[in-house]
Amino acid sequence: MTQQTKPTKGGNAVEVRGLVKHFGDVKAVDGVDLDVREGTVLGVLGPNGAGKTTLVRCLSTLLVPDAGSAFVAGYDVVRQPRALRRTIGLTGQYASVDEKLSGRENLYMIGRLLDLSRKDARRRADEMLERFSLTEAAKRPAAKYSGGMRRRLDLAASMIGQPAVLYLDEPTTGLDPRTRNEVWAEVQRMVRDGATVLLTTQYMEEAEQLASELTVIDRGRVIAEGQVDELKAKVGGRTLQIRPTEPGELDRMVGAIAQAGLDGISGATADRAEGVANVPIISDEQLTAVIAVLGQRGFALAGISTHLPSLDEVFLAITGQKTSEAGSPEDDPDQSDAEVSA
Amino acid sequence: MSAATMTAPRAKPRADEGRIGLRANLRHIGALVRRNALQIKQDPESMFDALLMPVIFILLFVYVFGGAIAGKGNQQEYVQYLVPGMMAMMGMNIAMAVGSGVNEDFRKGVMDRFRTMPIARSSVLIAKIVVEVGRMLIATAILLGMGFLLGLEVKGGILPFLGAIALATAFGAALMWIFVLLGLALKTPQAVQGIAMLVLMPLQFGSSIFAPTQSMPGWLEGFTKVNPLSNLADAARALINGQGAVLHPTLITLGWAVAITAVTMPLAVAKFRKKT
Repeated sequence: MTQQTKPTKGGNAVEVRGLVKHFGDVKAVDGVDLDVREGTVLGVLGPNGAGKTTLVRCLSTLLVPDAGSAFVAGYDVVRQPRALRRTIGLTGQYASVDEKLSGRENLYMIGRLLDLSRKDARRRADEMLERFSLTEAAKRPAAKYSGGMRRRLDLAASMIGQPAVLYLDEPTTGLDPRTRNEVWAEVQRMVRDGATVLLTTQYMEEAEQLASELTVIDRGRVIAEGQVDELKAKVGGRTLQIRPTEPGELDRMVGAIAQAGLDGISGATADRAEGVANVPIISDEQLTAVIAVLGQRGFALAGISTHLPSLDEVFLAITGQKTSEAGSPEDDPDQSDAEVSA
Repeated sequence: MSAATMTAPRAKPRADEGRIGLRANLRHIGALVRRNALQIKQDPESMFDALLMPVIFILLFVYVFGGAIAGKGNQQEYVQYLVPGMMAMMGMNIAMAVGSGVNEDFRKGVMDRFRTMPIARSSVLIAKIVVEVGRMLIATAILLGMGFLLGLEVKGGILPFLGAIALATAFGAALMWIFVLLGLALKTPQAVQGIAMLVLMPLQFGSSIFAPTQSMPGWLEGFTKVNPLSNLADAARALINGQGAVLHPTLITLGWAVAITAVTMPLAVAKFRKKT
């Protein structure tokens, strides 16, 4: 049901080479290369101010890059912006719907702007409202929507034209977990329908849920790229957290895991402040093995959980340093685009 | 990355690919006009300037200043002088709102959506102008309605009367482009309002809208002669009252309208295109 793109021979719906966008002294995007294969989701992971939003704005014709090239669905973002706009959809971090208009009127307007007939625009608006569970709120002005509803309306608006390439710029930042899951389910559905998605995010978990490949950027540059699984292995996969019933048992428990000599398990540590043992694992088998060992040795466990590495841990593993955000909080070109260029 | 991917064939860069045809363009403008109209429906207070301003101004001037300007008991005569002149003011007042409206619109994410859609970027601005011209016609209708209540007579015939409305509307639409440009160039709606007031006050009061200019000092009278608002007021007065020179002030007003539009409209559209 999604439009066909005109992929390059390599099968890439998006091809970016050496893209540069500076705002004065701020090198928001500083020579980025990336590819998104047709019909896949590429996650662009990076902290605030890494240049994610600037990248997306360049690829959606809102900004003209200073150097480099970018092709989307076979169209040059600089030389063929009008043709390109027919194939893309954009959902930003800040909802881009008209707040004074109702949900239905917003979607109808976009349908008309996309050259649907009145009847088709109405039908499509109702379809999308239904699909994004907004039918009940259809007549209310968007200003009265909750944050999650507005984001869903925004996604619906981006999907009206069945774009071949969809940019999602931090689609779940600021959403509660339930709404976040709804947005994720919708994105997965779009991909099943054949859309190509470029997703920016600050969350490893989101990237893992949605993306098959990942590009990690920091200070406008790509610092790592590859399959999500590869990168996960590189940063140590997950962390298994085990809480013994008796906090005094913690050190003995960590020792027992180390002595067991399980395949690929090393570096179990005790977090005494939290009263938990942290065990880096890569596979489910390892998880089972660790728990089995503890069971055999007769440890009483109060809780087990697994955690994906945080963005900080990913950066630490890749670059050996913390994210740049912590070091320079005011260096945030994503947030200051408007001021810099106004 | 293999060499094959790097040199992959691109869509041929035909110049007209994605160009928007006239019918599509009109449809887009229509959808955006609907948007602006629905916004007004949602926020009726935004119509206060168009609805109340003419009423308040006409009452203020006829009853507070009218006696002093035209002589006690001559209010009737003053209505005949003031109301056609005030038609020149309506466009100015509405145009001011366009500037802050455009500015405010731009701070919202919905502009990003419009600018990533396959529509002519000018259509967003043209739709705004269309709606504002509509608001201006409503304001003018209220002004004239009030005028009739206070005894305004159409002495020049119906066609010249309609001509006066058309002339005021054309000039008002031209003014709007100046404010669209200001709205796009300045940072806040407050800044737009501030600059607008600074320009408006001398233009409105240094004109023949409210009082005949003969009593003004020579330099000011000179200014009123070139002030397009005076010319528009004089033209509307001549057309409605059926006396006085029509052609001269009409041509000057039309000249201003064409010149303003020709300069500011392309600038505004270019600014809108570049705005990030």
